[in-house]
Amino acid sequence: MPNMSLNKVVMPEQDPKVRARNFEEVTLGYTEEMAVEEAERCLNCKNKPCVTGCPVGVKIPEFIAKVKEKDFYGAYEVIKSTNALPAVCGRVCPQENQCEGKCVRGIKGEPVGIGRLERFVADYVMKGKAAPVQKPASNGRKVAVVGAGPAGLTCAGDLARLGYQVTIFEAFHVAGGVLMYGIPEFRLPKSIVQKEVNALKDLGVEIMTNMVIGKVLSIDDIIEMGYEAVFIGSGAGLPNFMGIEGESLIGVCSANEYLTRINLMKGYLDDYATPVIKSKKVAVVGGGNVAMDAARSAMRMGAEHVYIVYRRSEEELPARKEEVHHAKEEGIEFMLLNNPVKINGDENGRVSSVQCIKMELGEPDESGRRRPKEVPGSEFDLEVDTVIMSIGTSPNPLIRRTTNGIEANKRGCLIVNEDMMTTRDGIYAGGDAVTGAATVILAMGAGKTAAASIDKYISSK
Amino acid sequence: MFKIVTKRALNDAVFLMSVEAPFIAKKAQPGQFIILRVDEKGERVPFTIADYDREKGTVTVIIQTVGKTTEQLSKLSEGDSILDFVGPLGVPTHVEEGTKSVCVIGGGVGCAIAYPQAKALFNRGIDTTVIAGFRNKDIVILEDEFKAACTDLIITTDDGSYGKQGFVTTALEELIQSGKKFDEVIAIGPVPMMKFVCSVTKKYDIKTIVSLNPVMVDGTGMCGGCRVTVGGETKYACVDGPDFDGHLVNFDELMSRNSTYREQEHACRMMAQAK
Repeated sequence: MPNMSLNKVVMPEQDPKVRARNFEEVTLGYTEEMAVEEAERCLNCKNKPCVTGCPVGVKIPEFIAKVKEKDFYGAYEVIKSTNALPAVCGRVCPQENQCEGKCVRGIKGEPVGIGRLERFVADYVMKGKAAPVQKPASNGRKVAVVGAGPAGLTCAGDLARLGYQVTIFEAFHVAGGVLMYGIPEFRLPKSIVQKEVNALKDLGVEIMTNMVIGKVLSIDDIIEMGYEAVFIGSGAGLPNFMGIEGESLIGVCSANEYLTRINLMKGYLDDYATPVIKSKKVAVVGGGNVAMDAARSAMRMGAEHVYIVYRRSEEELPARKEEVHHAKEEGIEFMLLNNPVKINGDENGRVSSVQCIKMELGEPDESGRRRPKEVPGSEFDLEVDTVIMSIGTSPNPLIRRTTNGIEANKRGCLIVNEDMMTTRDGIYAGGDAVTGAATVILAMGAGKTAAASIDKYISSK
Repeated sequence: MFKIVTKRALNDAVFLMSVEAPFIAKKAQPGQFIILRVDEKGERVPFTIADYDREKGTVTVIIQTVGKTTEQLSKLSEGDSILDFVGPLGVPTHVEEGTKSVCVIGGGVGCAIAYPQAKALFNRGIDTTVIAGFRNKDIVILEDEFKAACTDLIITTDDGSYGKQGFVTTALEELIQSGKKFDEVIAIGPVPMMKFVCSVTKKYDIKTIVSLNPVMVDGTGMCGGCRVTVGGETKYACVDGPDFDGHLVNFDELMSRNSTYREQEHACRMMAQAK
């Protein structure tokens, strides 16, 4: 008899007041009992709508069935057969728009907590003694992956499992991409990311850090080194600014810079050398996951007031629901339907306030969301000392500027066919480098598709 | 890990370090920079490439001890290693074909960056004048290196304790007024020096390239911390630079932005010294 409770089993969390001032993980994860109880809410539907919502096709009802039987290692095997990074996905996927959004239990009540169960299974196995990884037999063929973010790691993992000798070239000093520099510790502990990276190394994947492709080596150099195909997963790292007056004042930075200083460079820890702006009142401009991460980080860095300034309404906030909920609990102040028009500075060139204008929603635009428009004469000054711009990022131009035959669209996104091959034979791409800023799981899906295509391409040579 | 193969002091506060980095040595060109991180807890700090040896696979940087990271670096010896060393970043300096005469101006430790520029131009057969400015005699660096890499070397000191007394701008203006024709000036040094050089060259309508070194984290265009305003447009020094047309750079804004972390860096340095 399934558990017919309308609500998910509640996941324990740190108290909002306490966690708003520390970088420990916010949600604490299910216990075995909680996981089994939640798993029992799954009806094991024949047509599996949840699976159709998953960009990497995790066999959801199958793994949940294993959880019900308390066969957690079995559940892990099921997830891992299609998803290279379950501990990551369980934490950062926008489940409400994917698997859980399709769950029939969600029609009346809450959907099954698929993300929470996935996380539980991955954490359970990571905590235990992992069985030694069987290194697959090598097929002697070399593939290069550029960028050790979600797309690159997934692509590398899938190819390594097929016997390819894979080298990942990473620009930073550590592998993980946005999982390391972007998503904060309190949402995705870095030790978990590194465990996933180490699992790939155990599979035989070689990771070369400090390698900025397009500078130290070109794609052509890589081909000359004997790699038969290249996957480009260089992400969308270039931060956008608004182009308004005052963006060069001291105290204005991109969310990328703010988060990289805190996450990758561990600027929040006293014994690390990287400085982070000390702020009392912070305006974060934007409404996505990155904006929530920046705002919640600012709170943890000791700010007294942190505002989310977003030009549309609550309904249009692109962030995961859980992040918005957590941010509110932690005291982040949402200034919705407001847009900055100008940043004011003091005599020392430091930010003193941000001038905003009130917005109202008009007709739907091409994204289907109602277009925000300014309310004339409604300008007001919001007193802040820091403004963090979190209004999106664009693909990094380093590779396309230095590689012949790779075409990009006018937004700078690499053009690929359905096999994820770029306009140049044997060069594949995926993730944010192709789509522009999107989600971890979509990038993983692209890495997966590309791995299959690369295998087909090399096998048929 | 990247091994330090040679290290020597150039003056009390400035030292030279060659690091084993074969991939970077193979591609490095004048005007480009590297970013290093001394150890796990270190900051990522950019340094301009002062020299490279493609055969030996080494890259040379010249460092002035000014803060925590440079202090740490100053204490390392030959044979020690640096955890991370990444590059070559930025766009190489571009001096057009057909250029006949260039004046390369270095201020203080900026001479470390001026040196590879002068050397590359001189090797191309271009008439290369170097003006190297220092506060006083004690901190003069790279004199012999410059002598071998230019047509004419003028050293200036603010207090007149060595070479010509005065600022680099005075020496530059004297040369121009004496009839010397420059197709181009390349100025590298403290921001105020570059600003003043540009106001001189603007008067005489001489194209001027400056090399900027703003606050930076990744060096690949990711953080946006190094944004500078050039000709009214926002540019990223790490990927669009570090060289820019000096007549278009908003120097005042750059000086202001470079002070973003000054208080924290100061506190950091005090702590490092107290230890």
